[in-house]
Amino acid sequence: MRVHLHPQRRTVEVQGRRRVGQLLTELGILPGTAMVIRGEFLLTEGEVLEDVDEVEIRAVISGGTG
Amino acid sequence: MKCTRCRAKAEVELRAHNAGFCRPCYLFYFRRQVERAIAAERMFTHDERLLVAVSGGKDSLALWDVLAECGYATTGLYLGLGIGAYSARSHEKALKFAEQRELELRVVTLEEEGPGLAIPDVAAATRRVPCSACGTMKRHFFDTAALAGGFDVLVTGHNLDDEAARLMGNVLRWQRDHLARQRPVLPATHPKFVRKVKPLYLISEYETAVYAFMRGIDYIVEECPNAVGATQLLYKDVLNRLEHASPGTKQAFVQEFFRSGQPAFAAVENEEPQVCGQCGMPAYGTLCSFCRLVRQVEARRSLPGAAAPA
Repeated sequence: MRVHLHPQRRTVEVQGRRRVGQLLTELGILPGTAMVIRGEFLLTEGEVLEDVDEVEIRAVISGGTG
Repeated sequence: MKCTRCRAKAEVELRAHNAGFCRPCYLFYFRRQVERAIAAERMFTHDERLLVAVSGGKDSLALWDVLAECGYATTGLYLGLGIGAYSARSHEKALKFAEQRELELRVVTLEEEGPGLAIPDVAAATRRVPCSACGTMKRHFFDTAALAGGFDVLVTGHNLDDEAARLMGNVLRWQRDHLARQRPVLPATHPKFVRKVKPLYLISEYETAVYAFMRGIDYIVEECPNAVGATQLLYKDVLNRLEHASPGTKQAFVQEFFRSGQPAFAAVENEEPQVCGQCGMPAYGTLCSFCRLVRQVEARRSLPGAAAPA
């Protein structure tokens, strides 16, 4: 599957069926710090992704003050 | 996973609340959370004029969207920080949002407020970290815009993660004066200050991002280039690891501080603001922090061989 990472503007290819939570762990991303988007919908950690899927992982952390 | 409210397929899971929501129920939940915070902290009423500070990011635009949907009298304020292409894109997002919803947006840009006031120039001239100079600039221009516009309340999009990270920083250095002033509602402590409120203070960044996504809000996803390596992001990372291990940690940290810790600091740290000898705005000292910063910039620029700001 193709995974687009934002705001890094990087795309990675991941082989094999897996749950969203597992994908996040493999990419070193904590759940709750990024949205996983397939098409026009968000995915929960338990959703299964297939090889043909294309998803966006969009970080939600912002800031810098202080 | 099923929606906690209606049992349809959930699109979002909130571990801190042990809940999941489908899209319609999530939008209902989010708006209710904001309305509850406004009511519980008596932030403002429908009769008051609100100035909403917007950056083009998810938090401030999501907040403005909710407030406008709830029928509050809002005007947006965008402060152009002069951070190159990043500022240009964030300005564009804020403008587009306002135009689509036919909301009034006021724009102030640092470059037009004075020479050398753009954040990169101030940071270079004063050798302060950009985020520190940025915070001082924002506070000053938000305060002056609220006062000049005759607004009753200044509303900002600070969320739970912002408040938790700020609290962690204040605690690690035991900054008692800062701890005394960290609260979701800051009353107008001076005739030239308006009330400042943070309706998202118990709502996480993830929740505001989900709301913005579901509402189709076109916000700036990229991070401010100056925030790379910022201390606040380190604190947020630490807090997110704690949250992952123990969901609800951030909310408990912030909520309990506001309930029991903050009043204790406020009781002993109750310095009243004076008047700045330069600009006349409230100040803790002979000059306000903005005018102190401007003086540093001017002093630096007057040195022989100092480069003119870009």
